[in-house]
Amino acid sequence: MPARASGRLNKWLVSGPPLVYLLVFFAIPTLIMAFASFRTPGEFGGLAPLYDESGKLDLNVESYTRFFSETVYAQVFVKSVGYALVTTLACLLLAYPLAALIAKSPKKYRDLLLLLVILPFWSNFLIRIYAWMIILGPNAALARGVNGALAWFGAQPVPLLFSSFAVLVCLVYVHLPFMVLPLYANLEKHDQALLDAAQDLGANAWQRFWRITFPLSLPGVYAGAALVFIPALGIFAIPDILGGPNDTLIGNLIKQQFLETRDWPFGSVLSIVLTAAALALAGLAAWIGRRQTGGGGAARA
Amino acid sequence: MALLEIQGVTRRFGDFTAVDNVSLAIEAGEFFTLLGPSGCGKTTLLRMIAGFDLPDGGRILLNGEDLVGRPPEARPVRTVFQSYALFPHMTVEGNVAFPLKMAKTRDADIPGKIAEALEDVRLVGFGKRYPNELSGGQKQRVAIARALVTHPTVLLLDEPLAALDAKLREEMQIELINMQKDVGITFVYVTHDQTEALALSHRIAVMNGGKVEQLDEPSKIYGFPKTRFVADFIGHCNLFSGPVTAAADGTATLEVVGLGPVRVATAATPAIGSVATIALRPEKVLIQAADVATRENQYRGTVAELLYMGDVTVYRVAIGDAAPVEALLANSQAGRAKFFEVGDTVDVGWQAGAGHFIAE
Repeated sequence: MPARASGRLNKWLVSGPPLVYLLVFFAIPTLIMAFASFRTPGEFGGLAPLYDESGKLDLNVESYTRFFSETVYAQVFVKSVGYALVTTLACLLLAYPLAALIAKSPKKYRDLLLLLVILPFWSNFLIRIYAWMIILGPNAALARGVNGALAWFGAQPVPLLFSSFAVLVCLVYVHLPFMVLPLYANLEKHDQALLDAAQDLGANAWQRFWRITFPLSLPGVYAGAALVFIPALGIFAIPDILGGPNDTLIGNLIKQQFLETRDWPFGSVLSIVLTAAALALAGLAAWIGRRQTGGGGAARA
Repeated sequence: MALLEIQGVTRRFGDFTAVDNVSLAIEAGEFFTLLGPSGCGKTTLLRMIAGFDLPDGGRILLNGEDLVGRPPEARPVRTVFQSYALFPHMTVEGNVAFPLKMAKTRDADIPGKIAEALEDVRLVGFGKRYPNELSGGQKQRVAIARALVTHPTVLLLDEPLAALDAKLREEMQIELINMQKDVGITFVYVTHDQTEALALSHRIAVMNGGKVEQLDEPSKIYGFPKTRFVADFIGHCNLFSGPVTAAADGTATLEVVGLGPVRVATAATPAIGSVATIALRPEKVLIQAADVATRENQYRGTVAELLYMGDVTVYRVAIGDAAPVEALLANSQAGRAKFFEVGDTVDVGWQAGAGHFIAE
């Protein structure tokens, strides 16, 4: 059966390179990190030797004990999940009408509108965050306007920059395209005949959206939510630059452990817990998605 | 008063007039068909009745009430779409329940109504399935059940059988006839398939270029086409055109190129010299081995082509310079598949009464 054998060879040729890439740059580093999480921090940072002076294998769960015994880490974790959830929800509320508008606009304008959505990617991520420092800065029009209005009502002025507000605004800004694109890809494929049928069967505009468009767009919603939630959960640059002292998120904590405190085992523990939490949430979303769309043909993302 | 009245309805798309001043009156309980080639305006007219499109002129009245200005969801009219348009994320029951929920039916009444609707379309036991688990014919039935469950005044069907294979289409045609009889709802059916239209309808409006060419019962449409277009579009037809050379005693004579004088029965008395057409169905043409029998119109020719179709054979007989004459013979005689072969010399003939006179 030479035909079948060459088919198998082709399959390996196609799937081989990405598999090797993932193995080398994803699976192995993850394993190294998992291993590091059981080791002892070195005296001057990094990792202590694997075998201590008495020649004994030095593997322990002390870093895990530390994570689970001190509530401050759990608090940072919960706060991070909260920020990521708020970001995801805000992105969804902003991106849905935008994606629907693009999907409904005449074909010749769609590419242009999509280009505008991804236009911010053309400039550097950090530069865009620094730009927000200017926009939210105390002398910018926005802060003056807001504080002017507050003063008019007799309230104390508030700083916009270096606050949770600044962090959330920027989180939403950075992640919005990741919500728009999968939603657009989904909404663009919707069959107008289904909406016509729903209307013909007595559904008004809101019912058509809520009972037809929205349930059929759930695969896009889940894809977008995952693309926003997971990176938002691990982000550190935005709270570093725009956040106040209370805006330390899990990402900042991990960065601190590796670069400042140089406690690699504990940083590894935090990373692993973060990865596990992200995977668990993604799995949960996928499970809910499958349950809701049932055996229907709506599962096409 | 007719149930559904279309009065002088016109719809233009830019320079193109899709529906051109069409007036129709559809009676309650009627199976009414809009028949025509693609682009004739039949679907546009249907969409205007459903409310998806609005006329540029004219009125659409249902029970004497003007529908213009009422959105589709507020019209007591339901549509069965060509693509079925079943909601893929809902089961069969969910689909059928949809219009009930929209109509705010009491929850307790919904299961009974669903069961009844599924029984009507012979889909008992399929309620829990999703559309992608159904065959084409089953999807079609769900679409019909969904449209009929709220007992609309009018059911609009937009080429509902076009996506089915021939055998299933025939079955569904019979079911549609029975269903319409049982529920007694007025059906307005759009199709480009003339056999389907003839088989299903009480009345047919043949449309062409946005206008109604003829509005009649199927047998009249087939037997007495009013225009050359109708004769040509409905079934196969031999069309002979030429100037009228004589007209007397209910018979007109046309001078047809290649055939010479051809006589045809007509109630009217056409003016001598006016151009007219004779429409002659192939099954009314007698074809026989060359002999001496005389009919009112008889011509000798040779079999140029034949199309063996199993139950019947269509012979195309070349006669001089004339366009070939089509004759149809049933292969009903035992042991006989074909009567003639290509190249045989045959006589084709027909009585004056077999043809149908169409004035230009």
